[in-house]
Amino acid sequence: MSDHTSLQASRRSEFLAGARDSLPMLIGAAPFGMIFGALAEQSGVSTLGALAMSALVFAGSSQFIALTLFKGHAALGVIWLTTLIVNLRHALYSVTLLPHVGKLSQRWRLPLAFGLTDETFAVVQHRYNSHDPSPYKHWYYLGSVLAMYSNWQLWTAAGLILGQSVKGLENLGLDFAMVATFVGIVVPMLKTPAMRWAALAAAVVALAAHGLPYKLGLMLAALAGVVTGVWCESRQTPRQDHAG
Amino acid sequence: MTEFLTIVGMAVLTFAIRYLPYAFGGRLVFPPALQAALRYVPVAVLTAIIVPTVLLPDGSHWQLSWRNPAIIGSLASALIVWRTRHLLAAIGGGMLIYFGWRWLFLV
Repeated sequence: MSDHTSLQASRRSEFLAGARDSLPMLIGAAPFGMIFGALAEQSGVSTLGALAMSALVFAGSSQFIALTLFKGHAALGVIWLTTLIVNLRHALYSVTLLPHVGKLSQRWRLPLAFGLTDETFAVVQHRYNSHDPSPYKHWYYLGSVLAMYSNWQLWTAAGLILGQSVKGLENLGLDFAMVATFVGIVVPMLKTPAMRWAALAAAVVALAAHGLPYKLGLMLAALAGVVTGVWCESRQTPRQDHAG
Repeated sequence: MTEFLTIVGMAVLTFAIRYLPYAFGGRLVFPPALQAALRYVPVAVLTAIIVPTVLLPDGSHWQLSWRNPAIIGSLASALIVWRTRHLLAAIGGGMLIYFGWRWLFLV
């Protein structure tokens, strides 16, 4: 095999592995995308608008929140501000992946940034943290992005079509799929006491601050979780030294 | 027209948030303390999304009951992924339990 073909083979295998490892997330996102499509009409968003939102925004939770705001005839500025706050966590994701992605060309960074969802972040971070020295981990990232993206478009369209014929599709509880997916992502991360305290602090603050406007509670809760985690970690490190 | 403008604005904002750190490329280097803090971001954010969705589904009324299918379903997902490390089983199993619970208690 020439160098060229083996190179292509490893790129392709990374790409396919990224898509394959996103499979559970695809299944988790499917019902969520479908309800988004089904809810669009009754929220006063046109079919084209719903398709455009999935195609251009590509951020599930903020798309849902936008629907409720559309329904309540919220002002343009309110919808934009809420989008900003709800999606701010993605900046933290790209900061986390920056040591790996920063070396790539613009041509790569643009699409990889566009496709940085919670699900892809979870899958890709895991790949970057594995210790094999593959130089094509960005192909893995791209595989995850394209799989998640096409899946989201497909299920948005399915929801738009089904929403017209199946009444009450949005009340079936299909949105629980997102909760199950996020639980499945979070629980394996709770390996250290500091991680568990971070989760607990985030949960408590999220509940206490849920009434704040523009989903500010989400940002406060995230901040509380991070601060708590760092604080617990700094308290534990010296004790581990004594024991070890 | 307003709808179009709203969606384009949302798209631009969301992309800018995701792209801004990447835009700096290799020039942006974070101190180790900040990098350590960032490791807590996914857990903190996702927990902050999940917990109110499960316990305050409509945003104002607490559903702190064993009859709440979202509590039972998410506990099932957590247990499955903790024991098996299998994400697909956790999502599928959690949803089965969730729908089973809904059906049992007709909520």
